[in-house]
Amino acid sequence: MSATSKVLTFGVAACVSGAIALSITPAKAWEPTHPIEIIVPAGTGGGADQMARTMQGIITKHNLSKQPVVVINKAGGAGGEGFLDVKNSKGNDHKLIITLSNLFTTPMATGIPFSWKDMTPVAMMALDEFILWTNAEKPYKTTKDYIDAIKAAPDNSFKMGGTGSKQEDQIITVALQKATGKKMIYIPQAGGGAVAVQLVGNHVDSTVNNPIEAVAHWRAGKLNPLCVFDSKKLDYKEKIAGDKSWNDIPTCKSAGLNIEYLMLRGYFMPPGVSKDAVAYYVDMFKKVRETPEWQKLMSDGAFNTTFMIGDEYTKWVAANEKLHEDLMKEAGFLAPKSN
Amino acid sequence: MSESAHETGGAGPSHRSVEAGVAIVVGVLGLITVYGSLKVGTGWGDEGPKAGFFPFYIGLIIIISSVVNLFQLFATKNDNTAFATWEQIYKVLTVVIPTAIYVAIIPFSGIYVASALLIGIFMVWLGKYKVVVALPTAIAVPIFFFVTFERWFLVPLPKGPIEKLLGF
Amino acid sequence: MFEDIGNLMHGFAVVLQPQNLLLMVVGIVLGVIVGVLPGLGGANGVAILLPLTFSMSPTSAIIMLSCIYWGALFGGAITSILFNIPGEPWSVATTFDGYPMAQQGKAGEALTAAFTSSFVGALFAVIMITLVAPLVASFALRFGPAEIFSVYFLAFCSFVGLSKEPPFKTVASMMIGFALGAVGLDQMTGQLRLTFGSETLIGGFDFLIAVIGLFGIGEILLTMEEGLSFRGKSAKIDLKVVLKTWKELPRYWLLSLRSCLIGCWMGISPAGATPASFMSYGIAKRISKRGAHFGKGEIEGVIAPETAAHAAGTAALLPMLALGVPGSPTAAVLLGGLLIWGLQPGPLLFVEQTEFVWGLIASMYMGNLVGLIVVLTCVPLFAAILRIPFSVIAPIILVLCAIGAYTVHNNTFDVVMMLVFGVVGYFMKKANYPLAPLVLAIVLGDKAEVSLRQALLGSQGNLGVFFSNALVSTVMTLGLIALFWPIIQNGISRVRGALGASRPAQ
Repeated sequence: MSATSKVLTFGVAACVSGAIALSITPAKAWEPTHPIEIIVPAGTGGGADQMARTMQGIITKHNLSKQPVVVINKAGGAGGEGFLDVKNSKGNDHKLIITLSNLFTTPMATGIPFSWKDMTPVAMMALDEFILWTNAEKPYKTTKDYIDAIKAAPDNSFKMGGTGSKQEDQIITVALQKATGKKMIYIPQAGGGAVAVQLVGNHVDSTVNNPIEAVAHWRAGKLNPLCVFDSKKLDYKEKIAGDKSWNDIPTCKSAGLNIEYLMLRGYFMPPGVSKDAVAYYVDMFKKVRETPEWQKLMSDGAFNTTFMIGDEYTKWVAANEKLHEDLMKEAGFLAPKSN
Repeated sequence: MSESAHETGGAGPSHRSVEAGVAIVVGVLGLITVYGSLKVGTGWGDEGPKAGFFPFYIGLIIIISSVVNLFQLFATKNDNTAFATWEQIYKVLTVVIPTAIYVAIIPFSGIYVASALLIGIFMVWLGKYKVVVALPTAIAVPIFFFVTFERWFLVPLPKGPIEKLLGF
Repeated sequence: MFEDIGNLMHGFAVVLQPQNLLLMVVGIVLGVIVGVLPGLGGANGVAILLPLTFSMSPTSAIIMLSCIYWGALFGGAITSILFNIPGEPWSVATTFDGYPMAQQGKAGEALTAAFTSSFVGALFAVIMITLVAPLVASFALRFGPAEIFSVYFLAFCSFVGLSKEPPFKTVASMMIGFALGAVGLDQMTGQLRLTFGSETLIGGFDFLIAVIGLFGIGEILLTMEEGLSFRGKSAKIDLKVVLKTWKELPRYWLLSLRSCLIGCWMGISPAGATPASFMSYGIAKRISKRGAHFGKGEIEGVIAPETAAHAAGTAALLPMLALGVPGSPTAAVLLGGLLIWGLQPGPLLFVEQTEFVWGLIASMYMGNLVGLIVVLTCVPLFAAILRIPFSVIAPIILVLCAIGAYTVHNNTFDVVMMLVFGVVGYFMKKANYPLAPLVLAIVLGDKAEVSLRQALLGSQGNLGVFFSNALVSTVMTLGLIALFWPIIQNGISRVRGALGASRPAQ
C-alpha cells in the first residue's frame, strides 16, 4: 500500500470520526475530535522535540488516538512563544505542550509573562540527566583531574559549551564555578547537538550535554563522560561504549562536586481544560510508556523514568520552580524588574 | 520598474517627496533601534558584548545613511518626476485595501471564508468576471487549501464560526 | 574503497526494487507540492509523513523521506521563478534572475535551468560524499565560532557592492535587515531586545514573512500599478523548451563547477545552503562577462545559486549522519526519524549500519534523477500557470502568501506584518532601495552576530582569533578580497591602462 493512499485514508478516517463524534454526542469518556497539537517550545532536533516526535510516532503506530497528532515548534523567545500560546488557548482540549527547564528559566530571565500556574499540569514523562563531558583526547580521566586542572589555571582559562543562555546548562556551569572557585567562559550554542560537536572539535573544553545528545560521540571514542549530576548512578547497565555502560559513570557528588540537576520532560495543557480531557491524555501517556519504542528511547537517552501525575506532579513542579528561582537568583540571571 | 511612472509624469505625488518620506521613515527605524539597544545595554558585560551592542551601531549606521540619503536628495536638482500617477496609485490601493481588510478579518472569520471573499470580490470587481464563474472559483480554492493543509498535511490554519459549525 | 563501491552497488540494488522506486516517485511528488506551497516547508512534509513510515523498513522509509526533501528543494525554485516568492531562504537568490526571465516569457528556460542545475549540484555533492565521506566529516569538526563567522563574513562580502543602487541606500537596506533580525531574544545573553514589551515580537521577524511581503506582495502591487497583467503570458508551454535550454547549458560548465565547489564547501561547514546560494550568485556576477546584466534575467544568475544551494543541501546531509548535527529544519526532522528507527547518527553509523547508509547514498543518486525527470516533464504545466489571468491568480497568490506567513509561527499577527512588508517593499523598490541585502541580513544577520560574539567571548575580546589558524585566516582574507574587489579591479585596470597607454582607466 502506497504512502499516499495511506495518507488519504487517514484523512478520510479522520473526517468520518470527526463527523461521528459530532452527531452522536458521546456519553462515554472524552475523546479528541480534532487533531491533537503538541507544542514544542524549542527548535527542531533538540531533546524536547525528539521526545515529542517519538511520541507522535508511537501514538500513530500503536493507534493510541483516533485523531492524528501534530507537532508544532514554537521556539521564539527561548520558548516563550510556545508557552504564551498555550496560556492564551484557554479551554482548548486539543493542545499539549512538552516542557524543558525553560518553563521556569524563560519567565525568570526574560520577564515574558507566563508561569506553570497559567497552565494545567498533565504528566511528567521522564527526567533528563546531565553529564559532564570532556574531549577524549584531553588527559582528564576523572572528574578530579578536570577540576584540579581548572583550579590550577587562572580565571577564564576553561570554556564550557552549552545550550542557550541563562538556562539549565549555564545554571550548572555557575554551580561548577562556585565549586571550583574559578570562572569559566560559558559559550552558548543554539542546540545540544551543536554543543557536542563543538566539544568533539575541541572548540570548548567541556559540556554538560544530556546523555542522548552526546552518546554517539562517546561510543565513537571522541568524548569522555566524567560524572553525572544526579544523586545516584544511572540505571542502565547495558554496555554502550566499549566495556562501559551508563551505570559506570560516577556521580559528581562522589567526585567531590556537590551538584545535582535533573530536567523535567513533562506535559502541560492550557488553562481551563476539562478534567476528562486530562484523564484521557494521562491514560494515553501510560500506554505510550508501555511500548518498546518508548523504552528504547529511555535507555538510549539514559533517562530517569519517573512518571508523575495529578497532585504529586503539581507539587514536584512547584518545588522545582522554587529550586530554579534560588539557582537563578544566585547566578544573577533574574530579569531586571524595570522590564 | 519605475520607468513607466516617469513617463506619465505630472500628476500624482512627486518622486522627491516620497523619497524624502521613505528616508525619514528609515531614519525613525534607526532611532527606534538605537533607543531599544540603549534599554538593554550597549557595553561589554560578563557574556561579552551586551545584547544591545550590535543593534546600537546598526541603528547609528541606519540614521547616518538616512541623513546622507536625504542630503543627497535635496542636493540634486528637483526633476519634478512623479512617483506614480493618481490612477496608478488608485490601482495599487485596489489591491492594498481589500488585502488589508482580508488580513484584518482572518482572526474572526478564519482564513478560509476570508479567502473565498477575497478571491470572489477580486474576480468580480477587478477581473469583471460573471458571478457564475467567480463564485465556484472562490469556493473551490479555499476548499482545496483546506483539504491540502488541514486534512492532508495536518497544518492547522485559523478557523472561524462557520468551520466550527461544520465540526472542525 | 572497493568494499565501499560494493556496498554502493548493493545500495542501488535495494533502491531499484519496484516498491522503493514507487516510494521515491511518491516522495518526490509530495516534496514538490510541499515546496510549491509556502507554509508547507520541507520540514512539515517530512515531519507529518514520518509516523507513516514506521511500518516500513528504515531504508525504505528514509528513501521516501529524503525524496520529499529533494522534491521540496526542486519545488522551491518554482514559486521563486513564477511569482517572485521564494519559499525557502536558499531560493531567494534564484528570484533575482529567475523572475525577470519569467516576465520576459522565458519561464520554461528558467525552470529548466534551475532544475537541471539543482540536479548537477546535488549529483556533484553525492559523488563527493561517496568518495570522501570520512574525510569530509573531520573537516566539518574544524569549524568553531570564529571559522563559522568567517564563512558568513565571506558570504556578506561576496554579495555587498553588487547592486547598482546608491551605496547609502544599500547600506541602509542591509542595516534595516540586521536590525529586524536582531528583534527578539538575544541568544547570547538570553535577554529580550527591541521588543518594547510586545508579546508578539518575542519570536522576532522571520525571514519568510519579510520575503513573502517584500517580494511576493510587493511584486503584486508593482504589477497592479502597471495594469492588470502578468508579463510572462507568452511563455512557451511545450517540452521542446527543455531540450533547447539543455543545448545551451554545457556552455556554463565552469560556472557550474565553481558553484558546485562553493556549495559543497558551505554545506560541509555548518553554514549551509543559504550563504552558498548568495555567495555563488555574488561571485558569478563579479566574474561573468555578462555580470552587468545580472538581475535582468540572465540564465547564469539562475544556474549559480541553484547549483550551489543544492550542492550545499546535499552535502549538509553528511555532517548530519556523521556528527548528528542537522543542517536545516528538514534535516533535523529526518534526524529525529533516524533516532526513532534506532539508528544513531554519529561516526559509527557508517560502520554499524552500512546497508542503511549506502542505501541512503544510492537513493540520493536515484532520487535526484527521478526528481529531475518528474519536474522537467512538468515544466510546461508550471509555465502554463502564468497564462491564468492576473485577476484570478493574484488573489490566489495573496491567499497563499497569507497562509505561508501564518504558518511560520501560527500567528495572525504575522499575516499583518506580511502586508506591511509588502507595502514597504513597494515603496522601497520605487525609491531604489535594493531589497536583496535586507533579506540577506535578516536571514544570516543574527547567525553571523552570534558566531562573532561567541568567537569574541572565547577569545576574551581578542580580534586575533579571526586570524588564529590557516583555515580561518584564509576565509577571512578571501572575504576581505571580495569586499574590496571593486577597488582591486579598479587598480588592476589602472595598471593595465597605464601599460596600455591610451586606454582609459575605468
